[in-house]
Amino acid sequence: MSERLFLKGNEAIARAAIAAGMRCYFGYPITPQNDIPEFLSTELPKVGGEFVQAESEIAAANMLLGAAACGVRAMTSSSSPGISLMQEAISYMAGSELPGVIVNMNRGGPGLGDIGPSQGDYFQSTRGGGHGDYRTLVLAPGTVQEAYDLTLLAFELAFRYRNPVLLLGDAILGQMKEPVTPRVPQQTTDPEAETWCLTGAVQRPGRVLKSLFLDDGALAEHNTRLAAKYQAMETESRAESFLVDDAQLVVVAYGSIGRIAKSTVRKLRAAGHRVGLVRPITLFPFPTAILRDLALAGKRFLTIEHNLGQMVDDVRLAVRTVTDSAFYGHLPGNLPTPNDFEAPILAALGH
Amino acid sequence: MYMDTIIAGFGGQGVMLIGNLLAYAGMHHGLEVTYIPVYGPEMRGGTANCTVVLADEPIGSPIIHTPQSLIIMNGPSLDKFAPRLVDGGVLVLNTSLVPRERIPSPERVRVVEVPANAIADELGNSRMANMVALGAYVAATAVVPLAVVEASLPSVISNHYHHLLPKNAEALRAGAAHVRGA
Amino acid sequence: MQEIPVTRYPEVLIDRPTHYCPGCQHGIAHRLVAEALTDLGVVERTIAVSSIGCSVFLYNYLNLDTVEAPHGRAPAVATGVKRARPEAIVFTYQGDGDLASIGMAEIIHCANRGERVTVIFVNNTVYGMTGGQMAPTTLLGQKTTTCPGGRCLEREGAPIRMAEIIASLGGTAYCARVAVNTVKNVMRAKKAIRNAFQYQLDGKGFSFVEVLATCPTNWRLSPTAANERVATEMIPYFPLGTFQDCAATEEV
Repeated sequence: MSERLFLKGNEAIARAAIAAGMRCYFGYPITPQNDIPEFLSTELPKVGGEFVQAESEIAAANMLLGAAACGVRAMTSSSSPGISLMQEAISYMAGSELPGVIVNMNRGGPGLGDIGPSQGDYFQSTRGGGHGDYRTLVLAPGTVQEAYDLTLLAFELAFRYRNPVLLLGDAILGQMKEPVTPRVPQQTTDPEAETWCLTGAVQRPGRVLKSLFLDDGALAEHNTRLAAKYQAMETESRAESFLVDDAQLVVVAYGSIGRIAKSTVRKLRAAGHRVGLVRPITLFPFPTAILRDLALAGKRFLTIEHNLGQMVDDVRLAVRTVTDSAFYGHLPGNLPTPNDFEAPILAALGH
Repeated sequence: MYMDTIIAGFGGQGVMLIGNLLAYAGMHHGLEVTYIPVYGPEMRGGTANCTVVLADEPIGSPIIHTPQSLIIMNGPSLDKFAPRLVDGGVLVLNTSLVPRERIPSPERVRVVEVPANAIADELGNSRMANMVALGAYVAATAVVPLAVVEASLPSVISNHYHHLLPKNAEALRAGAAHVRGA
Repeated sequence: MQEIPVTRYPEVLIDRPTHYCPGCQHGIAHRLVAEALTDLGVVERTIAVSSIGCSVFLYNYLNLDTVEAPHGRAPAVATGVKRARPEAIVFTYQGDGDLASIGMAEIIHCANRGERVTVIFVNNTVYGMTGGQMAPTTLLGQKTTTCPGGRCLEREGAPIRMAEIIASLGGTAYCARVAVNTVKNVMRAKKAIRNAFQYQLDGKGFSFVEVLATCPTNWRLSPTAANERVATEMIPYFPLGTFQDCAATEEV
C-alpha cells in the first residue's frame, strides 16, 4: 500500500487541486471551507501558482472566469451563501463554454443558516444555479479519498466539456479526516485548450469568448450545441451500489448522508432486512439508468436527504414509469446519525 | 473488526488531540479510520468532543449516536454521552474529575476507571491526563497495539514540542498499566 | 491632388462601420486604444476584457483576443486573465454604469491590489445601451429617463469622480482623466492611454484612464451640441489631468 495521508476533506481537495495542475485559485473566506484557501495561500505559490483572496465571491468567480478564458486549470471554493453570489459568473462561464472548478461545502440555509452540514443546495447545483438554461457537471464525494479523486476528475471533465464543474460536499466532508492515498493524475495540463483559449492573437484573428448572441438565430444555434453537450455528459454518470441485488428496498442518498445511510443499511442487514443503497456520485448527470434498472427489477425506493426533498425529484423521474420513491428528509440544523434513518427505512420496508 | 468511540471533555483537555492520535494509530495499523470533531451548536455547553471510527472495511457513518465506547474526561460529558453508550460498551472514565457514582446505570456497561489527572500529576505534567486516558482506552479495548499509538505521537505533536514525545509516551504507558494492573 | 496621411490606420482596428450612434465618442476611444497597442508593439500579446453596455461589442472593432465579462466584473475577470497569463497585456474597457455603479467593488479592489492591468473608463454620464437612465456620474440637474426632473443632490447624491478615487488607492501607478472633444484633448488622451499601457508593460502597477465622452442620443443633443457640453458642463465637474503618476512621484 502506498503512503496514506490523514486529511480533512477540505485539505484533500486543496492538495488534489495542486496535484491536478491547478495554476490559479481565487477565494473569499466563509465557513466551513476556509481550510481550502488557507492551505492554498501558502502551498499554491510554492509550485508557481497564483492565489488571490478576492474582495467577494462575485469577484472570485469572475477571476475564475478570466483565468479559465486563458485555458489554465483554475478553481474557486465557497459555501452556500457565497455560491449564490457566484451564480452570475457560473452562468456566463457556461454560456461562454469556459472550464473551471467550483467547490461548494454546503452549509445550512436558507439565508445565513448555520455552519453545519446541509444538502439544501441540490437544486441550485443540478439545475444550473444561475439565470438561463444550462447545466454544470456536479460531483458529490462521500469520502475524503473520493473528495481527492473527484477533484482530479473535476478538472479533467471541465476541460473535456469546456464547462464549469461543481464539487458538492458539505460541512461533514469538509471537516472530517480520513486516510487518503494521493493519486497522480494522468494529465495536469490541457494542450487542446490552445485551440480556443486566449493567448494574444498571433498570426490569427482575435478570438472572442462570449455569451452574448444577438444575431438572428445565433443564440438558438448556440443553445442547440450546448444541449447536445449536456446530453453527451450522460456518459459520465456514476453511483455506488451497495447490497442492492437481493434488496427489496433501495435507499438513495448522496454525499455524507449516503455514507451515514450506509451504516444504517449495514445494521438493518445484520438484523435480516433486505435493504440496499445507491449513492449517486454524479448528481448531474444523474445516475438515472442504474435506478431505472433497479426499478424494473422490482425494487422499492426511499430517498433520504439532508433537506426538504430535492434529489427525490430526480429519483422519481428515473423510476417514474415503474414505481415511485418514498422520501425522508432530515432538516439542516440537526446533525444526522445512522440511528435517525432506521425508522424511516423500516417504515418504507413496510414494518 | 469495527470500533467507534466518542472522546469528550472540557475544551483544553486535549480530547481532539487524542482523537487524532487514535485515528493516526488506526491508519498506521492498516485500518480504515474516520475522525470528526464536533462541529456546530454542540460545541457550546461545556464539552468538546470528537468521534473516531476504526474498522477493517470501508466506514459508513463518521457520526455516531450510540457509540460502542467512550473516553470521558469530565462530568458534563459523562451526563451527555453515557446514556447513549451501547449495552456492554466500554466507558473509560477520568475518575480524577468524575466520581464513578455519577454514571447512570453503570451495570449495563463496562466501566474502566482511570484517575487520569492524578496519574499525569505523578508523572509531573497534569496536562497529559488525556494521554493517560487514551493509554487506558487502548489497553481496555485492544483496538490497536499501544506501540503503534506511541509510534504515532509525532503525527499529532508539532515539531516544536517533539522534546515532549517521551513524556507523552510515558503517559500512554502509565494509563495502559493502570488498566492492566487493575 | 496629393493625399497627405496625417495618421496611419492601425491594423488592429477592424475596418467596418460601428453600431455607435452619430457623434458618439466610443469610436475615438477605440482608435486611441488601437493606436497605443500598435505603437507599443503589443497587439499580439494583448487580451481585452469587454464589459456590459454599448461597448460590449468592442470585439467587433478590435481584432484582439477578448473575453466578455459580466456587468461590472471586468476588473475581476482581468485579474484572472493577468494571473493566468502574466506575460499578456490586459485591459478592460468599461462605461460609467458598469464601472462606477455595479462594478464599484471590483474596480476599487483591482486597483488597490495593483493588478498589472489597464482600465479604460468611458464616462458619458448616462446608461447608454439601456436607454439613457441615470448613472452614478450623471451631473446634478441632468435629465435622464430615471431622473426626468434632473438629478437631485438630496435624493440621488452627487456624481462620482472616479479618477480621483482610483488615484487615492495604493496599487494605482497611473491615473488620468482626459477628454476627446477637441483635437488637442484627443492628442492628450492618446498620450495618457499610451502611458497607461506603458506602465503596465513596465510592471509598475494598475493604470486607469477616464475618458469623458458624449452620448448625443441619450442627451437629446446634436453631435455638435453634445461635444460642446463636454467642455461646458462635464470638464468643470470632472477636471482633466493626471491624478497619479508613480514615475513623477518617484522623482519627487
